[in-house]
Amino acid sequence: MSSVSDYRRQEMSIDLSPAEQQIERRPQGDHDEVMREQELLTLNMGPHHPATHGVLRLLITLEGEVVRDCKPIVGYVHTGIEKTMEDKSYWKAIPVVERMDYLAYFFNAMAFCGAVETLLELEVPKRAQYLRVIHLELCRIMSHMVWLGTSMLDLGAISMFWYAFREREEILDLFEMSTGQRMHTRYIQVGGVAEDIPVGFVEKCRKFCKVMVDHMQDMQAILDKNEIVLHRLRGVCPLDAETLLRYGVTGPLLRAAGNPWDLRKAHPYSSYDDFEFRIPVGTTGDNYDRYAVRVHEVYESLKIIEQALDGLPEGPYIADDRKVVLPPRHELATSMEALIHHFKLVTEGFRVPPGEVYYPIEGPRGEYGFFLRSDGSSKPARAHMRDPSFVNLQAFPEMIKDAYIADFIATLAMLDPILGGIDR
Amino acid sequence: MEIVRSDGAGGSASFRERGLRARDALKGNLESSDLDAYVEERVLTTQMSKMVDWAQSNSMFPLTFGLACCAIEMMSIVAARVDVARFGFEAFRASPRQADMLILSGRISIKMAPVVRRIYDQMLEPKWVIAMGACSSSQGVFNNYAIVPADKFMPVDVHVPGCPPRPEALMHGVLKLRTMIQKDPNMGWRQRYNAEGTEEIVAPAPNQDTADNVYRGGYAGA
Amino acid sequence: MPDATGLELLAQDLRDADPDAVLDTVFYRDRATIIIDAERIGPVLEFLRGRGYGFLASVHGVDYWPDEPRLGVHYELLDMTNVDRVTVKLRVHTEAPNVPSVANEWPTANFQEREVYDMFGVVFDGHPDLRRILMPEDYEGWPQRRDFPIGGEPVFFTVHGPEGVDYTLGTNVAVPDRLATTGEQ
Repeated sequence: MSSVSDYRRQEMSIDLSPAEQQIERRPQGDHDEVMREQELLTLNMGPHHPATHGVLRLLITLEGEVVRDCKPIVGYVHTGIEKTMEDKSYWKAIPVVERMDYLAYFFNAMAFCGAVETLLELEVPKRAQYLRVIHLELCRIMSHMVWLGTSMLDLGAISMFWYAFREREEILDLFEMSTGQRMHTRYIQVGGVAEDIPVGFVEKCRKFCKVMVDHMQDMQAILDKNEIVLHRLRGVCPLDAETLLRYGVTGPLLRAAGNPWDLRKAHPYSSYDDFEFRIPVGTTGDNYDRYAVRVHEVYESLKIIEQALDGLPEGPYIADDRKVVLPPRHELATSMEALIHHFKLVTEGFRVPPGEVYYPIEGPRGEYGFFLRSDGSSKPARAHMRDPSFVNLQAFPEMIKDAYIADFIATLAMLDPILGGIDR
Repeated sequence: MEIVRSDGAGGSASFRERGLRARDALKGNLESSDLDAYVEERVLTTQMSKMVDWAQSNSMFPLTFGLACCAIEMMSIVAARVDVARFGFEAFRASPRQADMLILSGRISIKMAPVVRRIYDQMLEPKWVIAMGACSSSQGVFNNYAIVPADKFMPVDVHVPGCPPRPEALMHGVLKLRTMIQKDPNMGWRQRYNAEGTEEIVAPAPNQDTADNVYRGGYAGA
Repeated sequence: MPDATGLELLAQDLRDADPDAVLDTVFYRDRATIIIDAERIGPVLEFLRGRGYGFLASVHGVDYWPDEPRLGVHYELLDMTNVDRVTVKLRVHTEAPNVPSVANEWPTANFQEREVYDMFGVVFDGHPDLRRILMPEDYEGWPQRRDFPIGGEPVFFTVHGPEGVDYTLGTNVAVPDRLATTGEQ
């Protein structure tokens, strides 16, 4: 009985020297360069792909499983909204502008109406401002819920999709109650809001806010300290605030990197300075911070909504200026002037004094800046939306350099691009 | 809460009877008239094609094809309130080779139209298309240089109006499609467009004159 | 926003640094605008960056047709520490629509300048990758110019047969040229 087993004897009898000689005979010089170039693969993650983020086309250059470069190609849902708006009167352009970033439709309308009101120097009544804030914050929560559901779907936590969309259905019920539509509500009008909220809206909204806090805490309990979520998001694809600012990134991405820039606090519009809320700010700017910032933004938005409901003042829900704002419908039966105003406003529209203005607001993805040029007629001469998704996408190739494909998918989810805004 | 139990007489007796008859059927012990009654109760006869249509219509695999705002409402039908899994259509496939229903949810820009057509061609027969929303059916709100309606370049079976259509409306459209398939899966578009099937024609390489590789996606037997 | 006097002082400093750059200043609805010569956009933006306006929020184009020079490009700058905004505007003619690109110093301008090129035809010299971004690569024409027709298709009702009904051009309706589906102004 030898100390070396049969298997070991067989193993030691294998002679590797011919193979080793072969290795030594490989071509010298630029060895690593040659090997590296042979491995780069450009893959097209085409406009149609399983990730539910819209028709974004990405040309990814891969070395094995590591992403070396990424080129986004956009334009697959370019709708020519800005050109269409030049053809419509200001009132009729609101439903068109809402369809740009299709998850933040109140914000699109708010930016446009804010720009028009600035040019007109129209004063929006306080009640209308509060109602706008309530609906804007509800829309922000709704957008974050869709983001949460779809990005957790991308990571594999599929049941979060149903939890998040359940909350979204509650919010859409509220929208349907006050505006009549689930999406693209054309609720925010030039001068205020289209209609006053019905009886029961305040109670339902308050109940929603209470229930939502519990549900958010449930969702956080599943995800926050989940080992898989931590492994997939913590420390993955960070980008510092300096680089993000050079790329023009705003919104939760910038706040996750540590820069607390939020237009609601920095340059308050529509009575945001009446409310007390905090801005969640991250530290490292990795995917986990981006996730956490958005989750905590939901809590802050709920706070804002509750304060707005508590302090909702009485008064008109839209400005008084009959040259700009449609008269209430009951007046059309009695007043001839109201009828004439209504007719003029619906057929021709109101005229806006010539000028150019850029009106920025803070939306769920960053700064929505609306540029409006008026030449004195009843139709906008140039309407442009500086959409945050379009600008944030430029930072994406920088974020995913040298990341694995799985991290690339997770980062795309955390970037929260909305192709309707990118392509307009 | 009161629990009401039904009286045992009629109900349980026939239940027991049925149970005994089922046991006899399994053992092969049923005699002529009992067997006839059993078969009439349990077995239904139909045509093969009708059965195939019924099976196809109840197991459509939609393609995950979200373009714009309607995609969010399409995701809503998968969500819990309007649950598409009730009907069996929750298996959204990402690959067009595995899907048979294409829901065009959103506006089709001129840059996207060839891509949509290519994906439609890659789907295997039989396949159906639902044009969801106003934009895919007829450009919707946007009558301009950038949008094209789906009917211009591909056959559409069901148009669902709305901007975006409520999830209930989309569900209504899907169920309408299901009824249409049960009647006739081709839905007459072969006659309407004088077509035999759809083909994916791969463009010739730069130094080639004609496209040699033509994939003819045909129905089994066509 | 810098108020009217602040704007004038800023423009004065800019003139001292570069005499030919500033063409005009506009203070409208509490918003400050500096109109500059197209060639000097790079140095002007660097000067303003030195003054604290370190964030380029937006680069977008405008068509001032029928006023000449027709094409305008606007740069929205933001000063985050003082919460100040200033707009820099320049105008070029369609015959020579060249503007030096700022995409190398301000990476955020990359996609946005491509969009201005795609929609208006303004050529940015020095841009690393100037090609169409929203329209297909081989599209001809500059869609958001004011004399480009809005386009559109007749709605395709299948009951009318495969050609559909062309309701966009009626027989007795005077259709403005802007709405014509073909041809130029």
